[in-house]
Amino acid sequence: MLVFNDVSKSFFSNKPNEVKALDRLSLTVSSGEFVSVVGANGSGKSTLQNLVAGTIMADRGNIRLNGELITGMADYKRSRWIARVFQDPLQGTAPELSILDNFRLAALRGKAKKLKIGIDKAFKERVKQQVQLLNMGLEDKIHQPMGLLSGGQRQALTLLMTVMNDVKLLLLDEPTAALDPRSASRVMELANRLVADYQLTVLFITHNMKEALRYGDRLIQLSHGRIKRDVGAEDKGMLKPQDLYEWFNED
Amino acid sequence: MDFYFAAILQGLCFAPMGLGIYLTMKIFNFPDITTDGSYTLGAVICALGLSHQLPFIVLLPLVLLGGAVAGSCTAFIHTKLKINALLAGILVMTALYSVNLTLLGRSNIPLLGYTNLFSFVRNPAVNMFLIVAAIVMLLIFTLHYLLRTDFGIAMRATGNNEIMVRSMGVNTTKIKWIGLAITNALVAFSGCLIAQFQGFTDINMGIGIVISGLGSVMIAEAIIKLLQTDKVWMNLLMVVVGVTVFQLVLAVTLSIGIDSSLLKLFTACFVLLIVAFAQRDFLGSAIKR
Repeated sequence: MLVFNDVSKSFFSNKPNEVKALDRLSLTVSSGEFVSVVGANGSGKSTLQNLVAGTIMADRGNIRLNGELITGMADYKRSRWIARVFQDPLQGTAPELSILDNFRLAALRGKAKKLKIGIDKAFKERVKQQVQLLNMGLEDKIHQPMGLLSGGQRQALTLLMTVMNDVKLLLLDEPTAALDPRSASRVMELANRLVADYQLTVLFITHNMKEALRYGDRLIQLSHGRIKRDVGAEDKGMLKPQDLYEWFNED
Repeated sequence: MDFYFAAILQGLCFAPMGLGIYLTMKIFNFPDITTDGSYTLGAVICALGLSHQLPFIVLLPLVLLGGAVAGSCTAFIHTKLKINALLAGILVMTALYSVNLTLLGRSNIPLLGYTNLFSFVRNPAVNMFLIVAAIVMLLIFTLHYLLRTDFGIAMRATGNNEIMVRSMGVNTTKIKWIGLAITNALVAFSGCLIAQFQGFTDINMGIGIVISGLGSVMIAEAIIKLLQTDKVWMNLLMVVVGVTVFQLVLAVTLSIGIDSSLLKLFTACFVLLIVAFAQRDFLGSAIKR
């Protein structure tokens, strides 16, 4: 479904401080796979996701999504298939807009934004039903601005917003790094549920070893822009957080 | 005509400009300096049109188009050439000075002798008020609709969180382009109204317009915060109120006998005062978030 073919990306090329973020990386993620990605800082995890999202472009190699070449496609064009949840809970939503407006934008992902009023009774009902899934009592507050909510609430809503339209690929970029443990586990449980319900393919970056082991059916370790380990579901089940810490010590 | 009533009228003529600045503040998150040039451009096109006996129905689209083209230039420089939006605005504003002077042919054209939007009314003061008020209401109504459409939501979100909007598949370049075109069309429209209201077009009439627009929007934001409303139409209406209050404050300043050559200095200080207060409040609420 998502194929990286011999992809490289450097920053500050041809300068003394050149950084090889990705070094001839090849990777195939099949449809419906939930891939957790771990690796030290600077190992290329974020570059990997940014290349998929299209906020940066590869120096060489190509990237395909569902067979279509997306290597040089503008970010806003490919976001029709790709949804993203950022590390910073504030990045996924527009604070001054209401919950409802935010969901409207999400529902129009990759579609034309026309000069007609799209928020009608049916749409409000749909948003209320979705928001109710969170059990946070937000369904009565859909007219409130996003900025008034807590980080955990905003991150949960950002996740819900990703499934307002049929996306294929979900990019989770340390979605719980800024949350307290309780909110973090709520957000991850929600993610897990949505992934199962909507059969999404997931690329999940995390620094939390327990999360890396608990969620996903494949585990990849990146090191210096290359894939160092690639563990399938069965072997992954046998791993313990301790093993992962040792992986990091090798670096 | 009563002094303060004239100030209110003038405020209403400035209302399209205030609404335009409000839009750029929402879409861009900082003021569009092109305003100073496109405002004069609107007045210049108006002067040329009136002196060539163009009917207003033909003149109006020309004024709006002129402003939109000016805004598009700024958008092009900012989004395609990747130049800081403030600088892009300043560049276009500077270039527009020459354009305006060339179009006008001299630095000042009196318009009192020509038939204009206000000249067919019998009781000037009251009827002028009705005409301008009707225009402003129409504008509020149109913008209120626009901002609630799907396109309008994308537009409002662009200034709020561009990363998120792009990740939702919105081409923010296009949004900024259209936003700046609309804004400057509105500003040019204001220039056209003011030229007819004061009875002349002057090459320097645009100096400091963006500052008065900014001040007006800040007053509006303060009132909005006070009323704790998030209704779009209330926001738009408060912008109009803000512009009018701003003109009234200037009128009071003049009437208490401050030298008119100090007026710009006073305007700048007044805006500084409002912005400083608004900023403090803004920081306070940002921390709460």
